[in-house]
Amino acid sequence: MATLVVHEQNPSPVEDAEILRKACKGWGTDEKTIISVLGHRNAYQRKLIRQAYEELFQEDFIKQLESELSGEFEKAVYRWILDPADRDAVLANVALKSTTPDFRLLIEIACVHSPDELLAVKRAYFSRYKRSLEEDVASQTRGDLRKLLFALTSTYKYDGKEINKNLAALEAQVLHELIKEEAFSHEEVIRILGTRSKAQLVATFNCFKDQQNISITKSVVGDPDDAFLEALRVATRCIYAPQKYFAKVLRNAINKLGTDEEALTRVIVTRAEKDLKDIKQLYYKRTSVSLDHAVANDTSGNYQALLLTLLGSEDH
Amino acid sequence: MALPEEVNALSKSFSGFGVDEKTIITILGKWQPEEWKSFRKGCPFVFTEDDRLFEKWNDEHIDLLEREFSRFKNAVMLWTMHPWERDARLAKEALIKQNRSYNVLIEIACTRSSEELLGARKAYHSVYDHSIEEDVASHIQDSNRNLFVALVSAYRYEGPKVNDEITKSEAKILSNAFKNADKKNPVEDEEVVRILSTRSKPHLQAIYKHYKEICKQTLDEDLEDGSSLKAVVMCLCSPLAYFSKVLNDALKSGVDEKTKVALTRVVVTRAESDMKEIKEEYNKEHGVFLSQKIKETTQGNYKDFLLTLIERGA
Repeated sequence: MATLVVHEQNPSPVEDAEILRKACKGWGTDEKTIISVLGHRNAYQRKLIRQAYEELFQEDFIKQLESELSGEFEKAVYRWILDPADRDAVLANVALKSTTPDFRLLIEIACVHSPDELLAVKRAYFSRYKRSLEEDVASQTRGDLRKLLFALTSTYKYDGKEINKNLAALEAQVLHELIKEEAFSHEEVIRILGTRSKAQLVATFNCFKDQQNISITKSVVGDPDDAFLEALRVATRCIYAPQKYFAKVLRNAINKLGTDEEALTRVIVTRAEKDLKDIKQLYYKRTSVSLDHAVANDTSGNYQALLLTLLGSEDH
Repeated sequence: MALPEEVNALSKSFSGFGVDEKTIITILGKWQPEEWKSFRKGCPFVFTEDDRLFEKWNDEHIDLLEREFSRFKNAVMLWTMHPWERDARLAKEALIKQNRSYNVLIEIACTRSSEELLGARKAYHSVYDHSIEEDVASHIQDSNRNLFVALVSAYRYEGPKVNDEITKSEAKILSNAFKNADKKNPVEDEEVVRILSTRSKPHLQAIYKHYKEICKQTLDEDLEDGSSLKAVVMCLCSPLAYFSKVLNDALKSGVDEKTKVALTRVVVTRAESDMKEIKEEYNKEHGVFLSQKIKETTQGNYKDFLLTLIERGA
């Protein structure tokens, strides 16, 4: 369930645009207003506000925000205000361009999204970068990691519920054999993960658990610095239990010395309209601390205020 | 006794390509038993006499006739379906048939636009409850697998923007891979697969040009005839020449069914897109009009249907 709180009665996009305009112009910037408006609007409403702002003031609202805000708060607002597909395209490009690319995002996009959502991200990527996402994934990666990432991002999986139980049992066995021999990057592993539908893979992973008494996500063991193994683990988690995966990302982001704001922002902004509530419950179950409290302790200022608003915290 | 010219006309109408329905109706419809007898004696490829001196219809000819009568029906069904469903069904057939037709898969993956290929993949979900990638990956077990899965998964950028530096360097990468073909099969080379399956078509055409400048040969000339890579390169960089060749092969005499069936496929799948350009290319390459060749080689409703399709938007 989503955590985003959208009130029943809202001002119209035009009114919102005017309120936001006032918040940006004049002395300093009224960040509280920005948070209280944008933090309570869904993707469609945010899009209408951007359009209204452009029509009324002949200015790009996003550029306006970029010039008025700064730091982690600005990054969070920028990500929040973009269309979900556009946002993912931007994040993917950032991930691919960086010297130490964080592939988790690419795997999240490929494995947690529905096939049509992944497609929307690819289209947004075309528009922005005049290249395909797959081209860039393929040219910026090498070897086994490339095989896995390319397979995961280029596919257009069947998204229905039909599964073949015999096939699931068979492929669970295949995966077990290969994992036993530590042949993690074997073609068959990549083929199965990269082409079978989500429903089919969940069935396969269930068979794996029944056959081996251990979840497949825990079976991929090895050198913690091995980027390919890490990617494989992330992929299996995102496919099998995405909310648990996100809860873990949040735990790591908060527990880390200092805070991994990149990851914190990413998870909260991308899941607030989807399943952040379920993620919060899993987080609490694991740490006995509510995510709201943990975020409040670990962050401050406007950045904290925005995150808490998106988390659905009552007093925001 | 049947007139020899009637026997000839009838045996011709039973021999394919397509069936000459009118001749069959006018001649067969009026024959009397003696005419039948001389037909059976005079057509050894249709009827064989066994040791009991009984002329029975050849089993092989029954199969042939079934195929020939179905040609018109198949063309009509293929034409009437949504273009996406067409490609989905053609792809499935190409995967499961006894004599696998990699060329059909390559054709669909490489000559369709990004949106058309995507549509075919959606239709495949609807018709077969699987993704095309799954089926390609699980049916193709040889060295071509990676390339083919990548090709059918492609969702290429369709704009005109091309990066010249990259096309030059990638042309070099391809040339190295092809020169070392005896050490490592290029179809298994990661970089070859990456370039051919992810780059946009304008980008690939620029690579084609640079390759010619570097190697003095074109990309496809450096590849083995009949290899899947050659077909991929032709479909991506020079689809008109590719289709013109496929049509020409299909219209030759004495070719097998796999080659012949391409006639229906190419005409039906290209009639709404680049048939006009294919016809021009065909005429340029072979010195004869495609419609003329079709008139000479095919017969009956099948012939009329094909001719109508290729004349669309002419």
